[in-house]
Amino acid sequence: MSDVQTFLDRLAERNAQRGREPTWIAARRQAGAARFEALGFPTRRDEAWKYTDVRAIARGDFALADDAEFSPATAAALTLPIDAHRLTFVDGVFSASLSQLDGLPSGVALLPLSRALEENHEAVGGPLGRLTGVEFSPFSALNTAFTEEGAVVRLAPGTVVEKPIVLQFLSRAGDQPVMSHPRILIEAAGRSQATVIEHHIGEEAAANFTNLVEEVMLDRGAILTHYKLQEAPLADLHVASIHVEQGRDSTYTSFNLNLGGSLVRTDLISELNGQGATANFYGLFYGQGRQHVDSHTLANHNAPHTYSNENYKGILDDRAHGVFNGKVVVKRDSQKIEGYQSNANLLLSDRAEIDAKPELEIYADDVKCSHGSTTGQLDEEAIFALRTRGIDRQTARGLLTLAFAGEVLEEVDVDTISERVELAVAGKLPERFNLAGLVEAAVALDDE
Amino acid sequence: MASQEMEELVRRDYKEGFVTDIESDTLPPGLDEDVIAFISNKKGEPAWMLEWRLEAYRKWLKMTPPSWAHLDYPPIDYQSISYFSAPKRDEDKPQSLDEVDPKLLETYEKLGIPLHERAALAGVAVDAVFDSVSVATTFKETLGEAGVIFCSISEAIREYPELIKQYLGTVVPVTDNYFAALNSAVFTDGSFVFVPKGVTCPMELSTYFRINAANTGQFERTLIICEEGAQVSYLEGCTAPMRDENQLHAAVVELVTLDDAYIKYSTVQNWYPGDEDGKGGIYNFVTKRGDCRGDRSRISWTQVETGSAITWKYPSCVLRGKDSIGEFYSVAVTNGRQQADTGTKMIHIGEGTRSSIISKGISAGRSNQSYRGLVKIGPRAKGARNFTQCDSLLIGDTCGAHTFPYQEIGNSTATVEHEATTSKIGEDQLFYCQSRGISEEDAVSMIVNGFCKDVFQELPMEFAVEAEALLSVTLEGAVG
Amino acid sequence: MLEVKDLYVTVEGNEILKGLTLTINAGEVHAIMGPNGAGKSTLSAVIAGKDGYEVTSGSITFEGQDVLEMEVEERALAGMLLGFQYPVEIPGVKNIYLLKAALNAKRSANGQEDIPAPEFMKLIKEKIAEMKMDASFLQRSVNEGFSGGEKKRNEILQMLVLQPRLAMLDEIDSGLDIDAMKVVADGVNSLRDAERAILLVTHYQRLLDYIVPDRVHVLVDGRIVKSGDAELAKKLEAHGYDWVEEGSAA
Repeated sequence: MSDVQTFLDRLAERNAQRGREPTWIAARRQAGAARFEALGFPTRRDEAWKYTDVRAIARGDFALADDAEFSPATAAALTLPIDAHRLTFVDGVFSASLSQLDGLPSGVALLPLSRALEENHEAVGGPLGRLTGVEFSPFSALNTAFTEEGAVVRLAPGTVVEKPIVLQFLSRAGDQPVMSHPRILIEAAGRSQATVIEHHIGEEAAANFTNLVEEVMLDRGAILTHYKLQEAPLADLHVASIHVEQGRDSTYTSFNLNLGGSLVRTDLISELNGQGATANFYGLFYGQGRQHVDSHTLANHNAPHTYSNENYKGILDDRAHGVFNGKVVVKRDSQKIEGYQSNANLLLSDRAEIDAKPELEIYADDVKCSHGSTTGQLDEEAIFALRTRGIDRQTARGLLTLAFAGEVLEEVDVDTISERVELAVAGKLPERFNLAGLVEAAVALDDE
Repeated sequence: MASQEMEELVRRDYKEGFVTDIESDTLPPGLDEDVIAFISNKKGEPAWMLEWRLEAYRKWLKMTPPSWAHLDYPPIDYQSISYFSAPKRDEDKPQSLDEVDPKLLETYEKLGIPLHERAALAGVAVDAVFDSVSVATTFKETLGEAGVIFCSISEAIREYPELIKQYLGTVVPVTDNYFAALNSAVFTDGSFVFVPKGVTCPMELSTYFRINAANTGQFERTLIICEEGAQVSYLEGCTAPMRDENQLHAAVVELVTLDDAYIKYSTVQNWYPGDEDGKGGIYNFVTKRGDCRGDRSRISWTQVETGSAITWKYPSCVLRGKDSIGEFYSVAVTNGRQQADTGTKMIHIGEGTRSSIISKGISAGRSNQSYRGLVKIGPRAKGARNFTQCDSLLIGDTCGAHTFPYQEIGNSTATVEHEATTSKIGEDQLFYCQSRGISEEDAVSMIVNGFCKDVFQELPMEFAVEAEALLSVTLEGAVG
Repeated sequence: MLEVKDLYVTVEGNEILKGLTLTINAGEVHAIMGPNGAGKSTLSAVIAGKDGYEVTSGSITFEGQDVLEMEVEERALAGMLLGFQYPVEIPGVKNIYLLKAALNAKRSANGQEDIPAPEFMKLIKEKIAEMKMDASFLQRSVNEGFSGGEKKRNEILQMLVLQPRLAMLDEIDSGLDIDAMKVVADGVNSLRDAERAILLVTHYQRLLDYIVPDRVHVLVDGRIVKSGDAELAKKLEAHGYDWVEEGSAA
């Protein structure tokens, strides 16, 4: 049986269990399945997947979860300690008990996709799939075929949400690996403002496959900060594509923080359609063991006076493999563009590998675009300066490696996240760096 | 600056467009094993060479043309191309410049390259290729005294078969890519240079390639070998007359350096780019690769690319020897409907290998230009370093400039740095120059030359002058 | 405590120090003065162990140990600490990390446990107040975006926390306004005690009004040409370095 057939069979089983659903959903499901069947899983001969081998997914046999049972104590330990509005999904299934939806301010709708469909499926059918159909990749086609749950966030014009909105995805350990195909749909109307924290985490022994498609629409003047904190269990497989559409004067800021998962691929695409729109892409990935972390970003400058700014950093140890592919495209007549891209990587081991491809594709002349990509060594002068304070060479290297990650974390406004990631990075750094206890003290001092 | 003036500024006519009327001994269009046998026979090649060609041809038949480049051109009909043309007096080659067909010398005059003068003045040995056959080789004696072999590849196949067997196709394997395979099957001429151990070639070597016969593809094959401690600087320049039909060019250049050897390879390429609608330009699919086999050896590519309708070219270095060095310096100018996809590959295999890449792209008119580069650091390349600087300048709002650098890094002690910028000529820079009394045209020329300075300074002196002149021609007749 | 004997040092093939000899005992404050290019900064860099300085002959010992045989961090752990003229910016490394890592390295070298967090915080707060610095400095990256004065205060703060046996201060007064200089001088003076030595390297006498040295050495062309007490600095101020050079030539 072919890899593709396994998935199609699962789809057929699921479809047989499904009740009646709106015709548009069924039609898309069918289109997704047809597209997936036609494309098959990508191979390394596909330019966009040149450095990423997805056979671990293709050869898997994943069931679909039917319930959202999860130990409340474990969930509490995994949940970000942050005062937030929260939707929680367990292996893709909505968990009302682990969500926190009381006290939602007016102008904010936060609900699971299934409920949004029940309430008014036509209101969902318009935006869902508008930014990405089944063409984007075999994974987006697969997601469309399986679409049933996810998160819907709607912000009314002028709404400023004080507390962050957390979208929590828990991965459960079990006898049979499961897959989920969640959708995230964020519609931020004019001048609305919010912080969305997408948090992927789970039980250590889990080995599930998450195939996520996100659509984010920012209307005129909307400001959205989007954290994707990926701390999935180390055997989890994670593929996500995030499609953003930006209207005039909107600002979308993405933090793509990848710490977990065995095979992780994220595509982040922003369409800068309105003048004055700004996209900020920040990323940090840390790979160890045999982790594979692939980040693809694309800023499409479709209108004049649009700005993109990108800074991705990667640290790779052991036999980890990192991929960074960033692209800035400036369309014809999109003048007065600024597009900046920076990527830096550190390899801590001789068996680690990074493949970087920072691209520019420019069809207008009045632009300021640049990219820089470096993979290399720590600053010897800084190492010397630290050693003159009695710090040994390895610890100095550790401090500077932590500092390397710190340059992205400095941009993070949510202290809970920056401290958590810094602690995680410090904890992941090889023991030879001797950093134990250091970050904790700093965090403690800051909290005082 | 008004956009109209800017348009004026980048418009130019092809200066080198004319047709020399020399009868050619040309094969009818088409390619099969008989054609290859004909070529091999014409060249007086041994049987093993024909076998090598046929093997390449059979492999080529099974290959498909590459589609990954950022280029748009109609499929090439390889059966509509003639694979051999030579001046009529093939069997009776001129032994000195006096014996050269006066029309050929006239051609060089029109190009502003008076061969005899230039050769004498610059002390350059010239192996002028006209319609795929060498017609003049000078200074052979001086080179002979130093032990340097400099001859056409056909002559080398006949005279130095052991060297050819040892090196040909070892840097660019027959099946390396579609065009390299085709070249291996049908190459008609090109240069062979062999610099023995410890010898510094006493003069710069130069070849002028020209394409002249209609419907004739040109398939040059160049092989340069520097033994231990040897050094050579090789200059290649190309211009072509105006033609209606697209002309295919698929050259292969192979360089080999042994321990402590150094090859500097410079190119000025100014082939016919096609008319304003892009009609009739040269298709240039070139495979150039250097193999730093020896420790501490060094290969340096410098190119100034202003011509051709389609350019597909990635002069590369395989840094095998410990502490070997690869360099790539490039200026590419595209205008009209020209399309260029060019760059380099630096493959770091040995310990302590270093490479630097400086690429300057200038796009004007409705042209599109891409830098495509690969820096690969293998697991054994301890302490390897690469620095890449890749800048694009856009003139006018209908052109495109693209950057596709690939970095594959598998060693923690490596340092790889890549920087790229894309911008237009700064209004403030133009204004500053003009406020100092410099005309707009001169100011643009100055700024563009300044933009390319890092590359021009890598060219041998006489080439640097030619390259700057070429840029000025590109930007000439602008303001008015 | 510190003995430098007939030291010759070359940098990139140029001989900078040409037979320098200097002895500093515990409890003393020494000032090395000299014109630009005399080799003042080279001396402190060599003692700290910076790369690129080749000792061609001579010796440096610290409490009997051969300094030139020691790693950079071993020198610091032995108690020699250099305050830089131009402290390097280390983006992303928080001051608090540097202080804690350095202090724990020192404690570990002395066979002590890591400092408990509350004790560390108490110590840091006390020292930071002493240097009239804001607590937010601790969470900022080392020297990044600091003004010249802030960088120098930060150097002294590290001295106060790490309590070196020999504090070497290279042009610690450069770029300081008078208020900042007083804070820095107070900090340095607070380090003065019978067990500790301080080596000041300076171009100007001004600093020595605030930190009065026991001995003043004039370094010219890689050698100490004149030594004396604090009065010597005043004479230099009045007559300039030419006076010494003429005097030594005569």
